[in-house]
Amino acid sequence: MIEREQVLHVARLSRLRLSEAEIERMTGELSGILEHVDRIGELDLDGVPPTDHVVALENVLRPDEPRPSWPREDVLAQAPDPAEGAFRVPSPQAD
Amino acid sequence: MAELLELTVAEAAAKIAAGEVSREEYFEAWRGAAASDELNAFLWRAERVANLDVEGPLAGIPVAIKDLFCTEGSETTAGSRILEGHRPLYTATAVRRLDEAGAMVLGKTNMDEFAMGSSNENSAYGPVLNPHDRGRVPGGSSGGSAAAVGGGLAPCAIGTDTGGSIRQPASLCGIVGLKPTYGAISRYGMIAFASSLDQCGPLTRDVTDAALLLAAMQGRDPCDSTSVGLQGGVRAPSGEDLKGLRFAVPVELAQDSFEPGVRAVFESTLKLIEGLGGEIAEVPLPHTEHGISAYYVIAPAEASSNLARYDGVRYGMRREGEGDLVEMYESTRAQGFGAEVKRRIMLGTYALSSGYYDAYYAQAQKVRTKIVEDYAAAFAEFDFVVTPTSPSVAFELGAKTADPLAMYMNDFFTVPMSLAGIPAISIPAGTAEPEGGGPQLPVGFQMAAPAFAEQRLLDTAFVLEGAIDG
Repeated sequence: MIEREQVLHVARLSRLRLSEAEIERMTGELSGILEHVDRIGELDLDGVPPTDHVVALENVLRPDEPRPSWPREDVLAQAPDPAEGAFRVPSPQAD
Repeated sequence: MAELLELTVAEAAAKIAAGEVSREEYFEAWRGAAASDELNAFLWRAERVANLDVEGPLAGIPVAIKDLFCTEGSETTAGSRILEGHRPLYTATAVRRLDEAGAMVLGKTNMDEFAMGSSNENSAYGPVLNPHDRGRVPGGSSGGSAAAVGGGLAPCAIGTDTGGSIRQPASLCGIVGLKPTYGAISRYGMIAFASSLDQCGPLTRDVTDAALLLAAMQGRDPCDSTSVGLQGGVRAPSGEDLKGLRFAVPVELAQDSFEPGVRAVFESTLKLIEGLGGEIAEVPLPHTEHGISAYYVIAPAEASSNLARYDGVRYGMRREGEGDLVEMYESTRAQGFGAEVKRRIMLGTYALSSGYYDAYYAQAQKVRTKIVEDYAAAFAEFDFVVTPTSPSVAFELGAKTADPLAMYMNDFFTVPMSLAGIPAISIPAGTAEPEGGGPQLPVGFQMAAPAFAEQRLLDTAFVLEGAIDG
């Protein structure tokens, strides 16, 4: 089970603002999903190594050589609010 | 024109190479077909023939591209409102390799938002309809690609598969869908959902066409350090029979709940395999039943991290609030993401949060190890593991939207291979009536092989396909 307070906490961590209706629905839905998922907690997997990667890989190395990146103006053309050659954002600390 | 649309990709490529059909003529035929889309399969369509000078095995072949692949200069949304109008600065390696083989982009196809879904009802741009019954879903998340090929709107398509997103819609739309080994095709330029699971693959009318697209796309890419490619490449599939090949049916399948019509098609396909000389036996895969649980921890956890980049700063949508930077982030994400994406971000963030990491994420990665071991044990004795692709035929629009867990269960048969990183293919095996009645609808047959055994998988699927069609 997941409580409303946990939903609010996780929403804050996720940078998601949820409406009152979403909070209510999410509480019920996440509880239902977690109840199913919780079954893996009953498996005795002590000493089993977690999977890091499914295919055996060797480390891939290359020389660290500088090369051109995309032009600044092309990148900024995608930005919602470019200004003075940079990404403009609201102040981190509102008045 | 109409007869051009009947050709498989391999047949069309041969005619184009022989000069019997021009690239312009072939493109025009498919442009017309794509323009008649009544399934909401396409989000964007090419207007002009391209790539006329490139010679290659796919010269002149138009390909429908899932909108999860970045295409330089043309809109790429991943089915999300948050990327509406986004024009990437680069093209995904898989698409670039198709381009280098002479193919061209026919259009970008609709999909579940950020590839999260099994019905294509999670697209911000409306659901895709199943070409066999427009009241039903095409499956997902590559639903637009599957419906385009199944509905005769594209000769072939590519999609992505994280837990079944190529195989399940291929099954529901009556076409071939292949999820290659993790690492066979570069993920560069594929908008990330769950990076340890995401893999690109073809959706085609037949197995030969799937091999053609795989051959063009596979290979190591310096832009994706996890890509390794397929040693020796991929040949056109061939074979006469299935003598000497051993097929494992999971012993747990007897208890699994799936539609009687799907079971009947599955069993008749097993008989065909035996008729072709293949050997069938049951094998235990005891941890695959926990695949859904492990998957719905691992995939949302990775998604919650990958989707943190959509913050309204560098590209995509922004919604300003009255307040500070954090408020802008929260408003943008609240309005830019749909319900399923929010649900998975929440689930993943919860599973990774302090105090829950060991119980969920670490435990799920251990389950994953056990699933990898289950398959390794099976492949010590068998060449393939076979199951139905989906527990049901295409279901009605809206039938499962109110119950996320019921929707997740659509991936029951496809998720374990994704967790194990192994290749799996779904081929059309027949039709069945849905539980509760309705029209005859396609049923897929899934075969999984050891990592990097794509050629053997394709050869075997090719033989079986011939027997099913014959």
